[in-house]
Amino acid sequence: MAAETSNPPEENESILTSAPRQAVRPFLRVLEGIGSCLRLLLEAARHIPTLPRQFGRFIEQCYLIGYTTLPIVAILSFFIGSVLALQSGYAAANIGPKQFIGLLVGLSMARELGPVMAAVLLAGRVGSAIAAELASMKVYQEIDALETMNIPPARMLVLPRLAAVLAMMPVLTIMSDLVGWFGGAIVAKYTHFISIEPASYFATMRQYMDFGDVLNGLVKAEIFGFAVVLVCCNIGLNTRGGPREIGASVTRAVVTSLILILVLDYFVTKALM
Amino acid sequence: MNPSASVTSPRQGSAAVGVSVEGLSKDFSGFPVLRGISLTVNPGEIFVLMGPSGSGKSVLLKHVVGLERPSAGRVLVDGHDAADPATRGRVRMALVFQAGALFNSMTVYDNLALYPREHRLGTEAAIRDKVMRSLQMLSLENAAGKVPAELSGGMRKRVAIARALVMEPQLMLYDEPTSELDPVMSATISEVIATLREQYHVTSIVVSHDRDLALGIADRVGILMGGRLVSLGPPADLRAPSDPRVADFLNPSIDLRNPRFRRLAG
Ligand SMILES: Nc1ncnc2c1ncn2[C@@H]1O[C@H](COP(=O)(O)OP(=O)(O)OP(=O)(O)O)[C@@H](O)[C@H]1O
Ligand SMILES: [Mg+2]
Repeated sequence: MAAETSNPPEENESILTSAPRQAVRPFLRVLEGIGSCLRLLLEAARHIPTLPRQFGRFIEQCYLIGYTTLPIVAILSFFIGSVLALQSGYAAANIGPKQFIGLLVGLSMARELGPVMAAVLLAGRVGSAIAAELASMKVYQEIDALETMNIPPARMLVLPRLAAVLAMMPVLTIMSDLVGWFGGAIVAKYTHFISIEPASYFATMRQYMDFGDVLNGLVKAEIFGFAVVLVCCNIGLNTRGGPREIGASVTRAVVTSLILILVLDYFVTKALM
Repeated sequence: MNPSASVTSPRQGSAAVGVSVEGLSKDFSGFPVLRGISLTVNPGEIFVLMGPSGSGKSVLLKHVVGLERPSAGRVLVDGHDAADPATRGRVRMALVFQAGALFNSMTVYDNLALYPREHRLGTEAAIRDKVMRSLQMLSLENAAGKVPAELSGGMRKRVAIARALVMEPQLMLYDEPTSELDPVMSATISEVIATLREQYHVTSIVVSHDRDLALGIADRVGILMGGRLVSLGPPADLRAPSDPRVADFLNPSIDLRNPRFRRLAG
């Protein structure tokens, strides 16, 4: 009750000073978030030498991140590849060279959609689970207990997850690329207004693409995946309150991850050009 | 169950540590919870802290382990500032949380084994030994494979105590260790606390409303009310408290004609 009486001082301030403050508050919160993520990253990095003896946790996280996300990445990538082939075939029907469909699907998947799809699904499946688990550990004082035991949460909970996502993102992305390419090939063969043979579809891909395009996508995927896991860990660990706040943290973790993926996508794409 | 069949092997560098609380104040968003508390707990002492619900006992314990930062004043553990995270590396201390704070995704066994494993205190076999002895002390052998969700409230409390014992701390903080236990188990906990002091010179701060515990094992008893320490002395003082508030807290009369909740409302 008495806590509420501490609010009025803020309201007493003049409208002139409070309006600009309202405007900058979102920016401040973004900066705060970036700051606390970087602090968590540094703290986790300090414990890198302990990684070999946390091998069990690393493998467990690889399983959770990789194995559980793989099927859904495959399904989605198949349809993304198919739809890319369909749309470009539709466009090419009027202006000509249909064999470039292979190149178009190949490049889009490798450089853009493979890594983005893998990261988006990672945010939905793994990021939400991480945020929920760590938020619940925080709310039920398990994080406090770890701290009194002098076991840094960054070492035991964050570091193995960051290492695991770095190991698994290339796997997820290559899976996504391959399945997307094959989805495109199947659609290209069996759609009546396209109907190009897989051989010629893959031939243009081989001719005009090189491993650099795939590598470019892998670099992006590593950056997105790492950022998603770091942000979700940070949001989970900074949860305060009760069960409702656990839910709010999960939502915030997923939404922040999705925004972050798209914002990073622009800057990383530009930087890699 | 005989507490002298100890959990602990002789430990290295386990000089007893003292705690001194100096003018400690804490407020949460302007609402004062602790208001200038000063007290010293001597090395090897068993200090019992009592006080009404909401008087700030748990908050005080959290300051001692460095989970809360003081608004004013400070807490020293063995001469080191408790708010400094490095203090946890210098002094082994364990807090038995009021709600247990067990790791819900781990079995009871793994809850206990986590500390020695993470700090690499011996082989897996030695850790197993230590964990099983600690579970036996609290009659929990059969719960080793269960996860916290499968335990009763009192069992959870005992697992929390067993987990703290495995840490072989120099300073033990208990937040209401006997509140959910039956009388025999409560007596066992009192015996465990006293034995740790006898054999290993462990300093203990026990938040408890258990008068048998206070009279049986405490060296001194402090009473916290409204964020202030209103009474501090040997447990015998509890029998004849001088402060009327303390007297009413310790021996509340049940008056059906003029019940407390009406008195407060009116
Ligand atoms: N993190 C927090 N944020 C805000 N207020 C808090 C916080 N922790 C404790 N308080 C407040 O501090 C006061 C003292 O709480 P504390 O948990 O120390 O009580 P207690 O003496 O342990 O009571 P009990 O015997 O019921 O466990 C309460 O009024 C509580 O609302
Ligand atoms: Mg309490």
